[in-house]
Amino acid sequence: MNLKLKVWRQESSKHKGKIVEYKVHDISPDMSFLEMMDQLNQSLIEKGQDPVAFDHDCREGICGSCSMYINGQPHGPENMITTCQLHMRSFNDGETVYIEPWRASTFPIIKDLVVDRSAFDKIIQAGGYISVNTSGNSQDANAIPIPKENADSAFDAATCIGCGACVATCKNSSAMLFTAAKISHLSNLPQGQVESSSRVISMVNKMDELGFGNCTNTGDCAVQCPKGISLDNIAKMNREYLKASLKSEK
Amino acid sequence: MVDVIKSNIPEGELSKKWTNYKSSANLVNPSNRRNLDIIVVGSGLAGASAAASLGEMGYNVKCFCFQDSPRRAHSIAAQGGINAAKNYQNDGDSVGRLFYDTIKGGDYRSREANVYRLAEVSVNIIDQCVAQGVPFAREYGGLLDNRSFGGVQVQRTFYAKGQTGQQLLLGAYQALSRQISKGSVKMYNRHEMMDIVILDGKARGIVARNLLTGEISRHSSHAVILASGGYGNVFYLSTNAMGSNCSATWKAHKRGALFGNPCFVQIHPTCIPVSGEYQSKLTLMSESLRNDGRIWVPKKLEDAKRISLGEISPSDIIEENRDYYLERRYPSFGNLTPRDVASRAAKERCDAGFGVNLSGQAVFLDFKDSIKRYGKEVIESRYGNLFQMYEKITADNPYKIPMKIYPAIHYTMGGLWVDYDLQTNISGLFAAGEANFSDHGANRLGASALMQGLADGYFVLPYTVSNYLANDIQTGKISVESKEFSETEIKVKDRINYFLKNNGSKSVDYFHRKLGKIIWENCGMSRNKEDLNSAIEQLKTIKDDFWRNVKVTGRNNHLNQELEKAGRVADFIELGSLMCHDALNRNESCGGHFREEYQTEDGEALRNDETFSYVSAWKYNDENLSPKLFKENLIFKNIELKQRSYK
Ligand SMILES: Cc1cc2nc3c(=O)[nH]c(=O)nc-3n(C[C@H](O)[C@H](O)[C@H](O)COP(=O)(O)OP(=O)(O)OC[C@H]3O[C@@H](n4cnc5c(N)ncnc54)[C@H](O)[C@@H]3O)c2cc1C
Ligand code: SF4
Ligand code: FES
Repeated sequence: MNLKLKVWRQESSKHKGKIVEYKVHDISPDMSFLEMMDQLNQSLIEKGQDPVAFDHDCREGICGSCSMYINGQPHGPENMITTCQLHMRSFNDGETVYIEPWRASTFPIIKDLVVDRSAFDKIIQAGGYISVNTSGNSQDANAIPIPKENADSAFDAATCIGCGACVATCKNSSAMLFTAAKISHLSNLPQGQVESSSRVISMVNKMDELGFGNCTNTGDCAVQCPKGISLDNIAKMNREYLKASLKSEK
Repeated sequence: MVDVIKSNIPEGELSKKWTNYKSSANLVNPSNRRNLDIIVVGSGLAGASAAASLGEMGYNVKCFCFQDSPRRAHSIAAQGGINAAKNYQNDGDSVGRLFYDTIKGGDYRSREANVYRLAEVSVNIIDQCVAQGVPFAREYGGLLDNRSFGGVQVQRTFYAKGQTGQQLLLGAYQALSRQISKGSVKMYNRHEMMDIVILDGKARGIVARNLLTGEISRHSSHAVILASGGYGNVFYLSTNAMGSNCSATWKAHKRGALFGNPCFVQIHPTCIPVSGEYQSKLTLMSESLRNDGRIWVPKKLEDAKRISLGEISPSDIIEENRDYYLERRYPSFGNLTPRDVASRAAKERCDAGFGVNLSGQAVFLDFKDSIKRYGKEVIESRYGNLFQMYEKITADNPYKIPMKIYPAIHYTMGGLWVDYDLQTNISGLFAAGEANFSDHGANRLGASALMQGLADGYFVLPYTVSNYLANDIQTGKISVESKEFSETEIKVKDRINYFLKNNGSKSVDYFHRKLGKIIWENCGMSRNKEDLNSAIEQLKTIKDDFWRNVKVTGRNNHLNQELEKAGRVADFIELGSLMCHDALNRNESCGGHFREEYQTEDGEALRNDETFSYVSAWKYNDENLSPKLFKENLIFKNIELKQRSYK
């Protein structure tokens, strides 16, 4: 099939960006979206033009690198997948496809479709871990049985890939879903409960300090999240935050 | 005459070596540690665990990765699981058995002492990870669950659905983040190591490029650890992430570090087959699927034809017309034979014309019987995300139609040669994880790479690097103003300028694809002397063409992904040639290395222990000369060498 692409081009954060139109031909429905972008880039290189920059690495939906706004939706039209898992069979011959970067003041544009998501690392550094030493002198792994239910919900929350689609889609650019996923992963496990109060306070404060917006319960984040991270995590985080704030006032 | 090299294995009984080493190794006093700098290149399982552990011990650590966050290292993509000799299932597992399975699985081409240590620390890894909050799969009673993987007869694999690598890496990333927040580790994201700096014969730092600004910077240290992953992308199409590359280890090699067993690469039997010319990478379907899936092709050629053409569906083939060829050839291991054996068996059937897709390069992996036995829910709980991933890529529903799979390159056993301390032959230069030639011999068992990466980083390097640094406490800060640093920086800049000015006519990908095709066809699943010689010649032509005609658009001082790729492909071309030299030298078949000239009557690999029980460690020679071979003789004192049989 043949497509018309409208792609956001921007040389750097200091330059102004604009939409540029390209045409791509002979696209196979079995191609992945990024392979279609590869084909576009090869044709640009042949013409001596700068190819479109975009982040990608694993190309199987797990590293969280790829980050494109496709036709107004983060990671494109299908649910529960990342851009790299999107295939061209989801598009029709002759269609116009808009391709833009994540938009959020906390994720400044680096070039074209590449944005700076280092704020996410900072949120984790603020307490998204369990403070144990890596010496291996821990107790036996089976010393504390963990109900399967809790282990499973910890796992579900822990599958967040840090892609940032939740922030990009939110009208307030809130990072609640990302932050809540980590908090809920750790506090669902006995090992993580010890520090749960200090963790929630410091991660939430960090998130605010970095300039991520408030949550107004629109729920768009969970709809667009490629890993199906649920809104329940936000509710859980709010409860923990309240509990922790009350405790610290005592 | 070839030189023989030593691996510094400690004296004493196999099971006591590591304990003895630890109790007699040199230590660095905590107050001296903050005066010692360590560079870690890589933030995958090996790099993140090493950086976090060394930072925690009080050393000054700088850690580098080319992704925008350490959490995105390629380890994140590992699916199936991690081995450990916990014997929680009470099925007769032990450190000794894991040791034995690993040596046997590696076709007797790995070092006993290292493998034993790996098996020994494997149990600590699981304890450590659970303490960090890694959410492994559990049974209803709340205890940890296990599954089995190829090449073994016990259940010792710990897992977190099909996302074990992700969960382990996030555990290590969180430990690393904790050290970053404490200031003991400084993280350099989106930085690529461009070369290594050697001073007075010791590794003393690196030169790195900031991928966003193009800025070249010098970093000095008392020791350098390379944990930069494997080189599977030399094949262009592989299951590795797009950015995975050999440049860090190759630069070390060109500065004198020996490269061990480069021809030992692993072809994984269960990947999604190639669908077209545009293909940019291949997707693995975890080996764990072979626990419940049965591999087959039709018995009759005309059935295979008609399935390929879409005239009939696989379910039209009745049981007696199906050839479950692994179960047929290897009745005792069946679908769980090791990877090299399973891959070659698939190739054998497809070469004979029984392939089930249009290219003739696919076999079925069928869950029909397991779904009947356990119900769809159970299968979904075990492999849900893998089935979903498969369906997204192929648009087929594996609950209804069997998966189509074909072997693809997945892992590289070869890598920088290291001694017992994981130190290369260059003092102060260590290699960990997939980047070293490691513990897997000629073939790695499933779920053992994650184990090795974390063993190296959490449990081995903290001791061996300290042992080395104990002699450096008086050295003081190393200046980056030396001649060696300037020369290295100039060399790095010259190469970048060359690429940008070259103004050739062919893209980097053009060369990468060509390279991949040559290596896959001549140094892939089966090899022979004639093809290998021809590949070496073809690679000379490609190298020449590359340097003359490669075209790199854009500038240096901004994000330039073509420039990054150009440097990586230049190194892959040279490594490809070394792989062929190594394969040519090894006149035997063992593990992933199958030389057509050396096989038994029924097509099984024919090893030659008499002549080839050694690690090939290659030294870089001048551009136009062949590499020079060194040998580390492998001595087996605790294991009897047997012809590997999975029948
Ligand atoms: C799809 C897939 C599934 C797998 N599943 C399993 C499994 O179930 N069980 C198992 O045991 N193994 C599995 N493996 C193998 C295993 O994942 C890898 O061998 C292992 O994760 C490698 O870890 P590492 O730390 O050595 O390197 P990597 O995780 O590859 O990390 C390399 C690091 O080095 C950095 N780097 C590289 N070059 C440079 C440079 N020049 N400058 C700066 N930084 C650099 C990268 O940024 C990255 O941080 C799988 C592999 C694949 C491809
Ligand atoms: S919560 Fe979902 S959308 Fe947000 S970063 Fe994690 S995976 Fe991406
Ligand atoms: S490239 Fe890794 S998630 Fe898309």
